[in-house]
Amino acid sequence: MDIKWDKILITGDPLILGSQIAIVLTMVGIVVGLTYFKKWKYLWSEWLTSVDHKRIGIMYIIMGVLMFFRGGVDGLMMKAQTAVPENTFLDAQHYNEVFTTHGVIMILFMAMPMLIGIINIAMPLQIGARDVAFPQLNLLSFWLTFAGAMLFNLSFVVGGSPDAGWTSYFPLAGKEFTPGIGNNFYMVALQIAGIGTLMSGINFIVTIMKMRAPGMKLMRMPMFSWTTLITSLIIVIAFPIFTVALLLGTMDRIFGTHFFTVADGGLDMLWANLFWLWGHPEVYIVILPAFGIYSEVVATFSKKRLYGYTSMVMAIVVISALSMLVWVHHFYTMGVGPAVNSVFSITTMAIAVPTGIKMFNWLFTMRKGRIEFTAPMMWTLAFIPTFLIGGVTGVMLGMAAADFQYHNTLFLVAHFHYTLIPGVVYAVFAALYYWWPKVFGFKLNERIGKWHFWLFNIGFNLTFFPMFFLGLQGAARRMYTYSEESGLWPLYALSAVGAIFLAAGFAALCYNIYWSIRYEKRTTENDPWGTARTLEWATATPVPHYNFAVVPEVTDVDAYWEMKKNKDNFALDPNKIKPIHMPSNSGLPVYMGAAFLIAGFFLVFEWIPLAAISAFLIFAGMIKRSFEYDDGYYVPVEEIIEKERTWRGDSKWKAK
Amino acid sequence: MKKRKSLLLSVVSVMLVFLLSGCEMAELVVFNPKGPQAEKILDLINWSLVWIGLIMVVVIALFVYIVWKYRARPDNADYEPPQEKGNHLVEIIWTAIPFIIVVILMVPTVTTLFDLEEVPAGYEDQEPLVIHATSADWKWIFSYPEQNIETINYVNIPVNRPVLFKLTSAGTMQSFWIPALSGQKYTMAKMETELYIVADHEGSYFGRNSNFNGKGFKEMEFEVLAQSPQDFDKWVKEVQEKAPKLTEEMYAEKLKPSHLGRETFSNTHLEWVDHADHHAKEYLNPELYRVHGYPGKTFTDENNDIDNDTENSDHHHGGDHSGH
Repeated sequence: MDIKWDKILITGDPLILGSQIAIVLTMVGIVVGLTYFKKWKYLWSEWLTSVDHKRIGIMYIIMGVLMFFRGGVDGLMMKAQTAVPENTFLDAQHYNEVFTTHGVIMILFMAMPMLIGIINIAMPLQIGARDVAFPQLNLLSFWLTFAGAMLFNLSFVVGGSPDAGWTSYFPLAGKEFTPGIGNNFYMVALQIAGIGTLMSGINFIVTIMKMRAPGMKLMRMPMFSWTTLITSLIIVIAFPIFTVALLLGTMDRIFGTHFFTVADGGLDMLWANLFWLWGHPEVYIVILPAFGIYSEVVATFSKKRLYGYTSMVMAIVVISALSMLVWVHHFYTMGVGPAVNSVFSITTMAIAVPTGIKMFNWLFTMRKGRIEFTAPMMWTLAFIPTFLIGGVTGVMLGMAAADFQYHNTLFLVAHFHYTLIPGVVYAVFAALYYWWPKVFGFKLNERIGKWHFWLFNIGFNLTFFPMFFLGLQGAARRMYTYSEESGLWPLYALSAVGAIFLAAGFAALCYNIYWSIRYEKRTTENDPWGTARTLEWATATPVPHYNFAVVPEVTDVDAYWEMKKNKDNFALDPNKIKPIHMPSNSGLPVYMGAAFLIAGFFLVFEWIPLAAISAFLIFAGMIKRSFEYDDGYYVPVEEIIEKERTWRGDSKWKAK
Repeated sequence: MKKRKSLLLSVVSVMLVFLLSGCEMAELVVFNPKGPQAEKILDLINWSLVWIGLIMVVVIALFVYIVWKYRARPDNADYEPPQEKGNHLVEIIWTAIPFIIVVILMVPTVTTLFDLEEVPAGYEDQEPLVIHATSADWKWIFSYPEQNIETINYVNIPVNRPVLFKLTSAGTMQSFWIPALSGQKYTMAKMETELYIVADHEGSYFGRNSNFNGKGFKEMEFEVLAQSPQDFDKWVKEVQEKAPKLTEEMYAEKLKPSHLGRETFSNTHLEWVDHADHHAKEYLNPELYRVHGYPGKTFTDENNDIDNDTENSDHHHGGDHSGH
């Protein structure tokens, strides 16, 4: 093993040097701050080792916001680079690294953690559970995702960033054409995070199948929980494919096998097939929970039951099945022939039908309702026309013959940003504004929220709408610059202006969070929006760690709406309260995350002996876990009574 | 609310002015086809735009109507909306209509797909001109086996005659695209894909690789010159007589990652290698792709190392070239 100490840190680039200094300063700042305010113990015992699904959810969301920042800066750098022709702000290599990390981070370390965080917070509450099925596994999922994200983010200051695109197509991503270790980061970091995601999927499925409140049949489950169930199913089916593909890629890159190489009979299209066999379902993994969020928000703020509940459920089931059958549309241009392309055109365009059903159901939920323009509802409303553009351009791309002209151009880039930003990011915003008071006991400010909304929406459309036309002008994606004669600059420049608005919108969100933490009015009202319909709004705000003093009986889809109608059911009878069994916190997942990070780091640098030794750290953790006999603890009745009495007051308290 | 709308309006109009005054904006090349293949695709695109426009108008009209009509107002504060579960008939209708539209779009998609694989109608009686297009990092190599000539980064074709491009790659996967003449297709090492093209107007067209393949990706462009048959024959003759011969050593040098200008030769590299062949010899130079960052191991087969290894021997990145 030959370690080249002088090459570990990336040197010679002022931007990267600046980041290195900033990272060190931030780390020092955090350590000093925690020590000065004596918060180490609080952080460790209340957060890092907490198995409470709500706290894990919050940690996921904090990570998502941080990654949004990183991915957003990448995006801004790309926009700055292409704002004028022949720009030299970034060179080709740097630009390639930036768009690669932008894609990976936004999909896998921003969208996924945000949604899994929101699922963690809302889903157990919606089905009337006290936690997920495997609380410690849930924490492990978080730490593996976090370890993967940290390893991946390390790449641009230590060792070199991946530079083969977020799709990491071979043979480009192989050692024959990218001999640095940059793409090892991709293979190893995503593997670690992927294991965490797979565990989350299993966890959510078991939670939903086994832990619903009495009376909550599957067809009485809130739509967000339904989408969580289907998304988790797709995770469990699709992620193992990615695991295998990454493993083969790792073998190619680190041990010199020939699965995807040019030499010795490797098949580069095998990677493309495996990647998209996971990659397309992945799109639906992030979009289905978003559909669930919109369904909840639209019903709440229209003061109406979700229209066509059954057809909504069927639509997501059909979408999930079709999502597995469309992967070839990512490479119609591979030349597999018109028959194969026809089949995949049909499956692709067929997705428009169930998606259309959902659109119309949302519209008809609002019809005859009383639509309140709160922040979460604004995002939901903005989603409909913008996602429609994403959807119809998706149909255009799905028509294989036409795709020959759109493929690999900015038309495609515009299309998937028009699906993923309204489809996922807007939903995440809607969910943050919607569930924020439930989690923290105060709303996010509506006035700053409007700034956030308008800046982000104007910015989004300004940035990505011109890209449709750039694509039709013949601009390929991933070009680090373009000539002045090409005539592409007006639209590129317009798009760059839009990016400034987008950044301002994100800043407004951050400011809103800061402002609301400091000044927004606190509430202990269990239903701060006043028109909520599902079970999570039936318990205290902020939610006690045991969630429900007594698990409620469910008689209809909108369980809490029903309770409000028959006021009697909502009052708590203290005689029914029994000690509540809860899981204990655990430091083991933190340890496992660290062990995976260390082993992964050595593997990335191809220091095989060190990687092998540190793999034992992982096994040691697993053995430790096998001999743990912690059965958790019971929350005593007195504690529950005291908590419940405080927030309920007399009206919701049935004293006997 | 009103104030914000007018603000939005003014922002949009400023942008429009900016857009329109954006002097030499590129044309929408996809909407300006110069050959039957690109025309066929454009017909399909236009057909899809009609239906998609219809969908957009209907859905957005419905959206605006519903949001406006049922918005919360101070005077309807005690309005209790009906809790409707749905309506089977309505739901069947909005399942059926998109389904029909999908079928309407699907049929021409399938027929176009099959059409694009063949010599365009009206040109079947002519023998297609065969050109091998080989992509390498970061240049395009065009071989005319019949004429025994080879060009780099430009390709001349006779107008109104079908051209059969046989596509392959010497390394990374790339995509061959001449937007004015036809849609794109991938080039892959040790594989061959085929693309029929006809130019029905004389002129110079822009072609490029659209599939990202590393540092030199942006520059991977070529020119397609559609000439009259006479001019084309004259050019071929000239090249055959005047252009230098390509040797395998020169060729190996050209395949190294680099940008080349236009070059012309009076023979083709097919004499010693056809990269489309499954057992083709490889010309790989992993060491020449080093960039900043920590160097990883590379794994080259010794018997394939046609290059002199000496240039890298003193800074053997990533330790041993192990295993051999």
